[in-house]
Amino acid sequence: MISAVVISSAALQLSCVAALLVIAVLAIALSRSEHATAIIYGATLAACAVALFGALGFLLGNTANASALTLPIGLPWLGAHFRLDALASFFLVVVDLGGAAASLYGLGYGHHDPAPHRVLPFFPAFLAGMNLVVLADDAFSYLLCWEFMSLASWALVMAHHREPGNAKAGYVYLVMASFGTLALLLAFGLLAGPAGDYGFAAIRAGQHTPYLAALVLVLMLLGAGSKAGLVPLHVWLPLAHPAAPSHVSALMSGVMTKVAIYGFIRVVFDLLGPPAWSASVIVLFLGSITAVMGILYAMMENDLKRLLAYSTIENIGIIFVSLGLALAFQANGLKLAAALAFTAALFHVLNHSLFKSLLFFGAGAVLTSTGERDMDRLGGLIHRLPFTSFAVLVGCVAISALPPFNGFVSEWLMFQAVLQSPDLPQWALKIMVPAVGAMLALAAALAAACFVKAYGVTFLGRPRSVAAETATEVDRYSLVAMFGLAVLCLLAGILPGLVIDALSPIAIEILGGRMPIQANEAWLSIAPIAESRSSYNGLLVMVFITISASLAVFFIHRFASHALRRGPAWGCGFSDSVPAAQYSGESFAQPIRRVFGTLVFHARDHVEMPPPGDIRPARLRIELHDLVWEVMYAPIAGAVGVSSEWLNRLQFLTIRRYLSLVFATLVTLLLVLAIWS
Amino acid sequence: MVVISDILVQGAQMLLVLLLAPLLTGFVRKVKARLVRRQGASIFQPYRDLLRLLRKEVVLADNASWLFRVTPYVTFAAIWVAAALVPTFATGLLFNWTADLIAIVALLGSARFFLALAGMDVGTSFGGIGSSREVMIAALAEPAMLLIVFCMALVAGSTQLSTVANFLASSYVGLRVSLGMALVALVMVALAENARIPVDNPATHLELTMVHEAMVLEYSGRHLAMIEFGAFLKLLLYISLIACVFFPWRIAVFGTGPLAYAVGAVAYIVKLAVAGFLLALFETATAKMRVFRVPQFLGAALMLGLLGTLLLFVSRSF
Repeated sequence: MISAVVISSAALQLSCVAALLVIAVLAIALSRSEHATAIIYGATLAACAVALFGALGFLLGNTANASALTLPIGLPWLGAHFRLDALASFFLVVVDLGGAAASLYGLGYGHHDPAPHRVLPFFPAFLAGMNLVVLADDAFSYLLCWEFMSLASWALVMAHHREPGNAKAGYVYLVMASFGTLALLLAFGLLAGPAGDYGFAAIRAGQHTPYLAALVLVLMLLGAGSKAGLVPLHVWLPLAHPAAPSHVSALMSGVMTKVAIYGFIRVVFDLLGPPAWSASVIVLFLGSITAVMGILYAMMENDLKRLLAYSTIENIGIIFVSLGLALAFQANGLKLAAALAFTAALFHVLNHSLFKSLLFFGAGAVLTSTGERDMDRLGGLIHRLPFTSFAVLVGCVAISALPPFNGFVSEWLMFQAVLQSPDLPQWALKIMVPAVGAMLALAAALAAACFVKAYGVTFLGRPRSVAAETATEVDRYSLVAMFGLAVLCLLAGILPGLVIDALSPIAIEILGGRMPIQANEAWLSIAPIAESRSSYNGLLVMVFITISASLAVFFIHRFASHALRRGPAWGCGFSDSVPAAQYSGESFAQPIRRVFGTLVFHARDHVEMPPPGDIRPARLRIELHDLVWEVMYAPIAGAVGVSSEWLNRLQFLTIRRYLSLVFATLVTLLLVLAIWS
Repeated sequence: MVVISDILVQGAQMLLVLLLAPLLTGFVRKVKARLVRRQGASIFQPYRDLLRLLRKEVVLADNASWLFRVTPYVTFAAIWVAAALVPTFATGLLFNWTADLIAIVALLGSARFFLALAGMDVGTSFGGIGSSREVMIAALAEPAMLLIVFCMALVAGSTQLSTVANFLASSYVGLRVSLGMALVALVMVALAENARIPVDNPATHLELTMVHEAMVLEYSGRHLAMIEFGAFLKLLLYISLIACVFFPWRIAVFGTGPLAYAVGAVAYIVKLAVAGFLLALFETATAKMRVFRVPQFLGAALMLGLLGTLLLFVSRSF
């Protein structure tokens, strides 16, 4: 028993974090050495694996008591509180699983890094920061760790700072991260109240007025939402995530956004007390807009890593929709439905961390073997990278929410939660939820379209460049990391009951309700409410598909002709021998651009036809506008620029003017004071 | 005993859909031909076509990958599993709890996902144009379909297709506005999903006007046979779905004995014939629309589904 207590405690998790920090320091010392990559990633892998098993042991052990620890650092009267409860342990599983996979991938991928000394020290530090945010149990440690995590990831974004665009990405990220931390700071300040007790236990015990709760919710949506990538706070994400090395991109997209969601859940579900139903309206609204906008942006994108980053925005939207549903049910005391929506959200958190890491690893593999991220210079990689392309195919099927993989299960649970919502008494929600359900379905269908494009243009067809034509398969570590994640995607898809049961302690802890025990269902199926209402069995679906496909293959190979001839593709009399004449990313997106883009991006296709007699070829130019950037951010940036230029004049005054300025300020302040009192 | 009869009913249903699917397509083609005063091929022609394709050699493009060769089987299997989960002549199939309506929609989505990828595999413009248009149509048809599923599920209180069919067949549901909207929307989605007129023309030979057929242009021989068979099955699946949810007359309720099953089977074949005839009539009477009118067509289906669901959210009695 003692060993079980030791394994599943906050102390173990903190020791792992300490180990990660030591590794980070070690990396600085070692960074110029030849074996640094292997040593650092190996050690990080070990630390993450230990932390992963500790957290998993805590989550599965059904330990009712949280494990807390106070360290005598931080604010002198407060100390640094750390606590491991069911919610924290689940997010630690997500962080450390992603961390372990990324370290394993890094063992191979890191060798191709042109500047390892810019990545190696920050990689373990980034992981340590994410672990600490999840463990923190007081506002001060939370904010400190949050900022540490942000800065470590910023350093990783800037690892290849000489590449064009990366400096801008780092700058925008820094501005948005500071903005997010400011919002969080204000939120925690409001929560702690005038007494200023920053411990989460004290905040949880306190009473919060509805106005204050609403304000905290908005601040959390700004703070956690900007880190997670909620539209319209997402602008930094597609710049920063792709700029980092691919395994770090995987961590940022697959894991760091989840840490932000953890912060949102911790504050809004746990610390704020019983939610108001109106809170769910804003979360549902932002979530559904984010889901559809994110995937439309992704569909328009031709840079593989940026496409994945935009798809992260979509998935964050889906998770927020589910959290919004959970808030709505919880506010109305519908415990079972709330547990269903909440479990669906957590399930999707896990799923997204799995397949998004896998896809970023795949993008990294493409990048190492070809040096290209632009889809329109790739193609035909399925012949050159057979293993990578298979693993990425699994990831694409999973992220497109297709059975029998895991993405489908969490979306299925969300649809079941939507179907529970006619029980909600509020009219606003009654009218809103069907529309939100439609947006979810639209996002899922567009995701499938988007990943047909991503996979089809990158891996299928004929190679569009010499680099793609001569690509070679990547190293074994990378492949093991990708295949491990692919297997997990399949397992979570065919054994969803196990995952749901593992998530139930969190629902009990946060919502006070849970889904029915899935282990009791026959044949490992899942039934969110009751079998007569809905059930799904991923395992049997997979078995049935396998059997039907094998039957078909058997009959065909038994009775049909075996003759097979290779020949040139049928070009309808006009063979386009140039690979550039294939469907490209832009042409594949054209139908969807025409249907949705004219409204969302003000997309226009211009045909530039040379005048008669001119022998230049005609050109098709596509005009796309990022309206969020142009309407929201560009004016703000412009105003900041103008005002700083204006303030700049104050720098070049004579001493007399400075003195008179000081004098005028003093007089004004005294006047204000005099009138005030 | 019960288990054996269950397995028999399920097995009979899986074989029945396989056997009937080409016949249905043959029947629709025959009626269409007769409506324009052509003699038309025999209604058994699709079987002959499939057999002929099976005997032919496969001509594979030089750079076709393994994905291209695997896709016909994956697609066929996904559609067959989906079709096996839709009640035809009897409800309460053995494995109906394996996957509900949402999962059936997603299974069809898997089939389309792989077909669209296969369209991109060879790297010709026709495959690309077909795939990109197919996913555009799907991106609108799938949400519409899910809203229709919501509509049915809210009326019947379940997403299990057998439960929905049982509920609508046994109790007095009456005429409902929401179900009427769902029916219209479902017919529109079914036309789009099966690449029928007015969305797509299954009989054309002009590659530029095609969507589905352009996507599978590179297929030949046994691969093409599997894909054609999959398409036949999909048409049957959608007609069965419409029949069992909106016209559940005489469908055998689970465990009512062989006579009810026989009546159910006859009723099912009659329903298929009526639906096939109506489809042919509709296809003959309308023209194919331009590709970029399709979003408006499907948008209407989406809105009808949304309106139906919304009405049910407002009051369960609509």
